[in-house]
Amino acid sequence: MTADGWYEPGSSPVHRVPAGWKFAALLALAAAVFALRSPVWLGGICAAVVLAYGVARVSLRRCAGVARSLGVLAAFVFAVQWWLLGADQALVVCLRVVTALAAANLFTITTRIDDVVAAVEHGLGPLRRFGVRPDRIGLLVGLTLQAVAALSAIAAEVREAARARGAQRSVTAFAVPFLVRTLRHADELGEALAARGEGDR
Amino acid sequence: MIEFEGVGHRYGERVVLSDVELRLAERRVAFVGANGSGKSTLARMINGLVLPTSGRVLVDGLDPARQGREVRRRVGFVFTNPDSQIVMPTAGEDVAFSLRRSGLSRRERAERAAEILAEYGLAGYADHPAHQLSGGQKQLLALCAMLALDPAVLVCDEPTTLLDLRNKRRFAELLTGLKQQVVMVTHDLDLLDGFDRVVVLDGGRVVADDEPGPALRHYRALVT
Repeated sequence: MTADGWYEPGSSPVHRVPAGWKFAALLALAAAVFALRSPVWLGGICAAVVLAYGVARVSLRRCAGVARSLGVLAAFVFAVQWWLLGADQALVVCLRVVTALAAANLFTITTRIDDVVAAVEHGLGPLRRFGVRPDRIGLLVGLTLQAVAALSAIAAEVREAARARGAQRSVTAFAVPFLVRTLRHADELGEALAARGEGDR
Repeated sequence: MIEFEGVGHRYGERVVLSDVELRLAERRVAFVGANGSGKSTLARMINGLVLPTSGRVLVDGLDPARQGREVRRRVGFVFTNPDSQIVMPTAGEDVAFSLRRSGLSRRERAERAAEILAEYGLAGYADHPAHQLSGGQKQLLALCAMLALDPAVLVCDEPTTLLDLRNKRRFAELLTGLKQQVVMVTHDLDLLDGFDRVVVLDGGRVVADDEPGPALRHYRALVT
């Protein structure tokens, strides 16, 4: 598992907000960011998210990691959008993506997965009478977040193996084993869940 | 009692198992064989992860093909790769996940999970991120997650392949002390001390079925 984007224990105000509310706030922020078109407003919200990293007292190392990966992405998105739509549109799109991803990252850094799962189960509780199974959906959310860790671990191993064979620039040397290992992981995980009685009821 | 009655299995054209007749009542049973001999498929049939394409399997008289849920409640399964068995972020939550249908409250489940972890040498790891445990600890965690369900039978599919020697010995010792009937798939012959019965598979057929000594002599002759 990579250290990027994973829970970091803490007692800051951001950590202490209940997971359900934090999740709702994240969704609201993402919706707002995609509805807004003004670069000034978007810039303001982006700055607020950066400020929230400070309030959450996220370590500088983690901040640098997030900045690095978002920076690369932003540069790529900006270049493509500039070419397609012009500089103004590119700036708006870039701010949207960076703000939403930075906020989502802050959420995972400051929230335990278990609390997220519990909040989802609790929040969906009233839907039980319509046949919704909150425990199933909670498990799905938990497994989705786990999958991020599992896939990045597989990607790191595959990249290492490709480098060991001097094939670090080959797309197929990465994509083929990555795909094969991912599918095998999915198979194994499915078997393990079945063996633990998931899906029997 | 685990019974295989004329069990066969094929994936398309490829025959993986044929005519397996076994009645396993011993406390410690091993399936030994080369890669591709069908031993893992046979083990997966015990809890219905794989269903026979001919013949049938019975676990205490229950057929995994029709009573899968009841059978899986009786049979725990430990896989080779602990990484794909751990489904929750921390060790405690992963064991608690097994207990989610037990009727215990969230808090009681967490306490019970911590007790089980402590019992098998993972005291104090309940809040530890599961994926940051060592390989040996992860496999212990997978074992704990299964034992939390208190199964009557524990099937282990090459559980020590990814472990170092020390962890392998530790895992083997733990297995020795369990009250469960253990069916272990392995090609690690060191693990078979104290086993009551060894079934040797080759090309999808049972070629030897005996106490460890004679069965393993047969297996060694087979691979050389």
